[in-house]
Amino acid sequence: MSDSQTAVHVLKHHFRDMEQQNETASFGMWLFLVTEIMFFGGLFCAYLIYRVLYFDSFAAASSTIDVKWGAINTAVLICSSLTMAMAVHSAALGKRKALVGFLVLTIILGGVFLGIKGKEYYDKFEENHVPGSNYHFIVEPELAHKFHAIDPAKTEIFFSLYFIMTGLHATHMVVGFGLLLWLIIASMKGKFSPGYYSPVEMVGLYWHFVDIVWIWLFPLLYLISRHH
Amino acid sequence: MATAVQPVEKTNYLNADYGIKSWLLTTDHKRIALLYLASVTFFFFIGGFFAMLIRLELLTPAGDLMQADTYNKVFTMHGVIMVFFFLIPSIPAVLGNFLVPIMVGAKDLAFPKINLASWYLYMIGGGLTLYGLINGGLDTGWTFYTPFSTTYSNTNVSIVAIGVFINGFSSIFTGLNFIVTIHRMRAPGLTWSRLPLFLWAHYATAVIMVLGTPVIAITLLLVAAERLLHLGIFDAKLGGDPLLFQHLFWFYSHPAVYIMILPAMGVISELVTCFSRKRVFGYNFVALASIGIAVIGFLVWAHHMFVAGISVYAAMVFSFLSYLVAIPSAIKVFNWTATLYKGSIRFDTPMLYVFGFIGLFTIGGMTGLFLAALGLDVHVTDTYFVVAHFHYIMVGGAIMGYLGGLHFWWPKITGRMYPESWAKLSALLVFVGFNLTFFPQFVVGFLGMPRRYHAYPPEYQILNILSTAGASVLAIGYIFPMIYFAWSLRYGKKAPANPWNAAGLEWTIPSPPSTFNFDETPVVTWEAYNYDEIEETQEAEVVG
Repeated sequence: MSDSQTAVHVLKHHFRDMEQQNETASFGMWLFLVTEIMFFGGLFCAYLIYRVLYFDSFAAASSTIDVKWGAINTAVLICSSLTMAMAVHSAALGKRKALVGFLVLTIILGGVFLGIKGKEYYDKFEENHVPGSNYHFIVEPELAHKFHAIDPAKTEIFFSLYFIMTGLHATHMVVGFGLLLWLIIASMKGKFSPGYYSPVEMVGLYWHFVDIVWIWLFPLLYLISRHH
Repeated sequence: MATAVQPVEKTNYLNADYGIKSWLLTTDHKRIALLYLASVTFFFFIGGFFAMLIRLELLTPAGDLMQADTYNKVFTMHGVIMVFFFLIPSIPAVLGNFLVPIMVGAKDLAFPKINLASWYLYMIGGGLTLYGLINGGLDTGWTFYTPFSTTYSNTNVSIVAIGVFINGFSSIFTGLNFIVTIHRMRAPGLTWSRLPLFLWAHYATAVIMVLGTPVIAITLLLVAAERLLHLGIFDAKLGGDPLLFQHLFWFYSHPAVYIMILPAMGVISELVTCFSRKRVFGYNFVALASIGIAVIGFLVWAHHMFVAGISVYAAMVFSFLSYLVAIPSAIKVFNWTATLYKGSIRFDTPMLYVFGFIGLFTIGGMTGLFLAALGLDVHVTDTYFVVAHFHYIMVGGAIMGYLGGLHFWWPKITGRMYPESWAKLSALLVFVGFNLTFFPQFVVGFLGMPRRYHAYPPEYQILNILSTAGASVLAIGYIFPMIYFAWSLRYGKKAPANPWNAAGLEWTIPSPPSTFNFDETPVVTWEAYNYDEIEETQEAEVVG
């Protein structure tokens, strides 16, 4: 099948041509990402206010999270963005095998990220750092020396925000898995061609967005105390 | 044979298919608009039922019809349903859904499936909310203020919050669809300066929906999480800040008022030019005023918090910004009035709603200035003065616009005319009933009657009786259109393509339109509201 035939086949009834259809899809996706920014924005706003109000408690709570795993996860996620970009590139060139391969690689990297995240959650659970009735924050002398005004109640707010923000981020990744699986199936069936691959591009934008959210979350949640 | 000469009814979007699936799985924006019409009407009458209970309780000073707890639930349900499930979706999701693609000369919205998904999300959110309201109710007021909602209320806060959360995404999808459609789907020749003002208003509305709704979504998610998991984000006992909730809540919920009023302003702009037979006065100003309201509307939220304990300097800034929003609003009112000047005015039903809207919106807007004033606001905060003010905007403004628009486009939507004299009568009833209901509330509020109490001192009774009497008239004014609209579906006169001789792409296609609106994509070579040209061609036809 030539490209032009595919293009006619996938043109939806209410668009004039493929150009209009593709432009519309990408405009819609960017706008959706704006709503996502506002969605996370409310949380970032809450975080900012409490971090200013209760800086010492936030820094102390943050120092109990293992930076090593956060750093590894950041690297993993950046790699997954690379493989996603490569998938879009392969789709544009019409290389179906490479497209499927890169999509699978992206899912695997995303899985590694969530695995590590799960391990971190488990550690916090073990340390009784999950907000709720079992929450317990012990102020080690070393911490007390470093940060003067630590209030264990305020550290709970930090962990509330930590779990909600990273949890919401992880939820977005799970949605991303669904989208990637759909793309893998569609591309194995040969639905995409250099003339029509805007779904790959759109999921790519989404995946990069989720990646960027983490790029913000990592320093905000893991590195508060590091500038001392 | 005799049967052979019978004219075959032309295929349109209504008779193209009749099965239930063809409705529930439709991606046609016109059918989705009708799904929305049925569902928002349903919620309107549920919300109206609770309003009736409120007015009945307030007929007498003593709390005799219901207990305080029940009354709290009743006004909460009235607010939640009317705000989130009627006012916000009403004009955009019904009239906007139907008209935006046709007005831009497209076959459908940019994302038809997302449009259908928005209706399903609306129904799921509405279903959850109704379940929460019936099964135990909610008593926080529609504002969900913390820490009452997160810590102390024993009612269904989480379920309703999640219902409203889900409903928010329906709003986001609608807004997203409108913005993308207006940007990318316009017919050749339809430049931004030729867009009908209805589209400018919906564009501005959509911007608010897209930027504001995610914030209320995350806020309600935090409320539900705090309630279920006992987090301390808004709970002062755990170090949280209840004011943060109010900031986040009003960051959306004040602009949400503009989600309600801006589309109504768009409707009024269409109607006022058509029934004055004149191009709208100052097109550019009216168009940009919509954008201005949307932008400034995002910067005024803390005027809801003047007595909540925010800093006096912040309050002064927000007070000043709240005054600013009066400028674009006034521009619109002046321009509509100037459009009437020297126009050939016709008093058809939609025009009656225009007059109602302009008068009531002006009163609502002016009393808004009272509330933006720091000192006066302290006196009338949480009184019936505030209740009267926002009902003048939401009911006197938004619902007047909605009803006016519904009458104006009813022939296009259904292909039938409604009975004019009944419609005029009910427009009159709505206007009289509305004023009788809410004007006394300004007075009683200024005298000091607080809102949200089921009992009050006896000296306020006469004004409350007037208000309840007005509410009964208003109810009849709302039930009439229900009846004659339904009646017109079967017995109404068949509507021609352009019963009002109006300008606009939607009047160039048959009533009701075919599934894909236009057989050929139209090419627009004229300015919006070219009524002088329409009059000329008409005269030429008469002479010819």
